[in-house]
Amino acid sequence: MSQTLEKYFVPEPSTYPLMGAVALLLMAAGASFWVNHLEAGPWLVASGFAVLIYMLFGWFRTVARESESGKYGAQVSKSFRFSMMWFIFSEVMFFAAFFGTLFYVRHIGIHDLGSVDGNLFWPAFKAVWPTAGPLGELEMTMAPTITFGKAMLGLALMVGAGAAVTYAHKPLEHGKRSQLQLVLVLVVVLVALFLGAMSLDWLPAINTALLLASAATLTWAHWSIRNGNRAQFNIFLALTIALGVVFLGCQAEEYTHAYHEGLKLTSGIYGSTFFMMTGFHGLHVTIGVIMLTVMLFRSLAGHFSAERHFAFEAAAWYWHFVDYVWLLLFIVVYVL
Amino acid sequence: MSAVTPDAVHGHDHGHDGHDHDHHMPTGWRRWMTATNHKDIGTLYLFFSFIMFLTGGVLALTIRAELFQPGLQIVRPEFFNQLTTMHGLIMVFGAIMPAFVGFANWMIPLMIGAPDMAFARMNNWSFWLLPPAALLLVSSFFVPGGASAAGWTLYAPLSLQMGMGMDMTIFAVHIMGASSIMGAINIVVTILNMRAPGMTLMKMPMFAWTWLITAYLLIAVMPVLAGAVTMLLTDRHFGTSFFNAAGGGDPVLYQHVFWFFGHPEVYIMILPAFGIVSQIVPAFARKPLFGYASMVYATASIAILSFVVWAHHMFTTGMPAVTQIAFMYMTMLIAVPTGVKVFNWIATMWRGSMTFETPMLFAVGFIFVFTMGGFTGLMLAIAPADIQYQDTYFVVAHFHYVLVAGSLFALFAGTYYWIPKWTGHMYDEKLGKRHFWLSMISFNVTFFPMHFLGLAGMPRRIPDYNPFFTDFNQLATVGAFGFGLSQVFFFYIVLKCIKGGPKAADKPWDGAEGLEWTVPSPAPFHTFEVPPVFEAPAGHGH
Ligand code: HEM
Ligand SMILES: [Cu+2]
Repeated sequence: MSQTLEKYFVPEPSTYPLMGAVALLLMAAGASFWVNHLEAGPWLVASGFAVLIYMLFGWFRTVARESESGKYGAQVSKSFRFSMMWFIFSEVMFFAAFFGTLFYVRHIGIHDLGSVDGNLFWPAFKAVWPTAGPLGELEMTMAPTITFGKAMLGLALMVGAGAAVTYAHKPLEHGKRSQLQLVLVLVVVLVALFLGAMSLDWLPAINTALLLASAATLTWAHWSIRNGNRAQFNIFLALTIALGVVFLGCQAEEYTHAYHEGLKLTSGIYGSTFFMMTGFHGLHVTIGVIMLTVMLFRSLAGHFSAERHFAFEAAAWYWHFVDYVWLLLFIVVYVL
Repeated sequence: MSAVTPDAVHGHDHGHDGHDHDHHMPTGWRRWMTATNHKDIGTLYLFFSFIMFLTGGVLALTIRAELFQPGLQIVRPEFFNQLTTMHGLIMVFGAIMPAFVGFANWMIPLMIGAPDMAFARMNNWSFWLLPPAALLLVSSFFVPGGASAAGWTLYAPLSLQMGMGMDMTIFAVHIMGASSIMGAINIVVTILNMRAPGMTLMKMPMFAWTWLITAYLLIAVMPVLAGAVTMLLTDRHFGTSFFNAAGGGDPVLYQHVFWFFGHPEVYIMILPAFGIVSQIVPAFARKPLFGYASMVYATASIAILSFVVWAHHMFTTGMPAVTQIAFMYMTMLIAVPTGVKVFNWIATMWRGSMTFETPMLFAVGFIFVFTMGGFTGLMLAIAPADIQYQDTYFVVAHFHYVLVAGSLFALFAGTYYWIPKWTGHMYDEKLGKRHFWLSMISFNVTFFPMHFLGLAGMPRRIPDYNPFFTDFNQLATVGAFGFGLSQVFFFYIVLKCIKGGPKAADKPWDGAEGLEWTVPSPAPFHTFEVPPVFEAPAGHGH
């Protein structure tokens, strides 16, 4: 009976992990130097980063080759699935630390400061959010300029679109083409209505629309590869990547604007939470864009089949995770 | 997710050609640097953690030497603070945690009948990230301003003020966090996906269960620690105000984020110890583990509760009374599942035909002394009383009872229990027993007096003290040096066992259960390349 059992693929010894360890050592030592204004710092970071990129490239290429040559059986595929879920869970917890921080400073920290005689800090100190704290008045905030009613309507439409795109994975799994199309069209309609409610010249709303739309195009790309339509897969994947890149462009524009108007990372606790949360999210979008781009190149190189394309699915999970984080950010950082 | 699904049992013939190369393993440094074998990586973890244990130990003995007399004799106060900080960080992140990961690497595949860890290459990376992190920590002593001196908890605002050593510590924590997360993902996936056919979740060894839950905790809280130290970094160098009241932030926020990680972290360091003890006690009582299912549920409830008790470390920060009371009761609730475990171990021994070889001595010692640490924990959990105990030697006594007599003794127990499988030799039983008694006595000589010092008001993390405390401090210092020497002795016993000794049988303990005893001793380089057929031992699982 044991002959029928699959052998789990165990890779041969590899130098990539060691390279990765050296890379992180260089980067960590270099960053410690850099923040303390030692000259070698940037060079060490740059060389560590180069080693890291080389290592990641080589490592992932090895994995792609092993996968394409059919070394991974069903059990290995399952391991990959599990690991990606747990990895995303760790990312969720990373963001949770920052959401918790925002909650604390808004609802507890600022009141505690207010309970102390304000003059101790600054004569004009008021315990209200948004605040620069005792540093004084904020010159600008990211809050929307629309009415409360419109904002709530917008949020409802946004949540609807997010729910619809989530629900779309059901017809996707079950191979129901027209139902999937219907749901995705609904997503696009809801996104358009959302933009209508939120006003078009508010960048965060446009960014939200971009990410929601990218979730829809990505889901259609997934449908395409499942049905062996590589050409369509490539087009919709490219479209998703493009939406992500435009998102990053808009965010750069938004940051520039904020800095010009006087909202900076150094603008007290409001600036700290705003830039750290949106900044880490932006970093994750960047990583997601890179992942999806790699998938596009792999597809162009003929990788993936209708049955085997988990690497793409993992990247898609990651992209959806980044989307959800944005929706939450949009609600608690911008609107509320 | 339970058992093995049909598609995993069907014969896909992948991986054959790649596999044949595996059999000639590399030699020399390459074997260790490029290892993808779980046993080799486990060995690396164990040796690394022991080196870190000795490093942290030297720092601790310097602390104790300074505290032998009141006044300042050996070190300057700033350096003393660096010693306590690095002692804590090195012991937690360098010694205890990696040692348990080493056990997981060696034993979990053997215990569940898997050919290796799920991601063998990533496994290597998890390990080799640790030496760079250790290097950053240790070398931070030599940079201008010295190592971090803010305590292992790196509380703001102290941690916002120090020099470059603090930045190196922050980055070391990032790297160790990455290592832990990857290691934990590997363990979770191995346990969930690679058990031998027939080994359902409720039939797997307790050690695998406790590690499954530990790994879950690691994945949940290491990212939070990464977030906390990242905010420290940006507060230090990039002008954010998270922990700075002058910008609207709050230093107490750091404590919240840190302890949201920190309390689960203490369970990360004790749950695998529970697992080891739960393997050993049945083996030497020659009875199946009493209440296996309740053990599993107790472990799970400890893990869940550990997320909602963190503020018991913050009773003196001026939290509202309601919050204090809520955290006090939640904390006390943890004593219930912990009590279930202690009860089950005792019930396992009840009317067993017990023998006391070294692993069992350490396991029984663990039960006694760890439980004392649990009791002092309960005392600390009482919010109004903690105002008196907070930041005194009583807390130091508490956490050394749970971490040294708890985690570390379980690691010793596990080493003696499985070392025949690792080396193929029996250790020297007489020396092992001697190691146990030496450790047990010197541990208590060191730490028991600290309870009284703390209750009498001696503050922790301080190089000088009121001469009134001298006697007990001298006793503690003598005990500490005795304890340190006992661990050098332990190293000798291990080396002796690696070099030779009576040949170990495949199953050297007649009462032991489990798949790890079905393979030869020493365990060959590759085991269970094809999953074994698992039959649950009698009385196991329901
Ligand atoms: C019944 C179980 C336990 C209870 C009720 C408990 C309770 C507490 C409380 C209330 C404190 C804070 C004391 C203070 O700072 O004033 C504390 C500190 C601590 N506990 Fe426990 N504890 C328990 C088990 C454990 C275990 C199993 C470990 C580790 C394996 C552990 C490790 C620690 C550490 C390291 C500290 C000190 C942290 C620091 O301030 O540096 N505890 N414990
Ligand atoms: Cu705690």
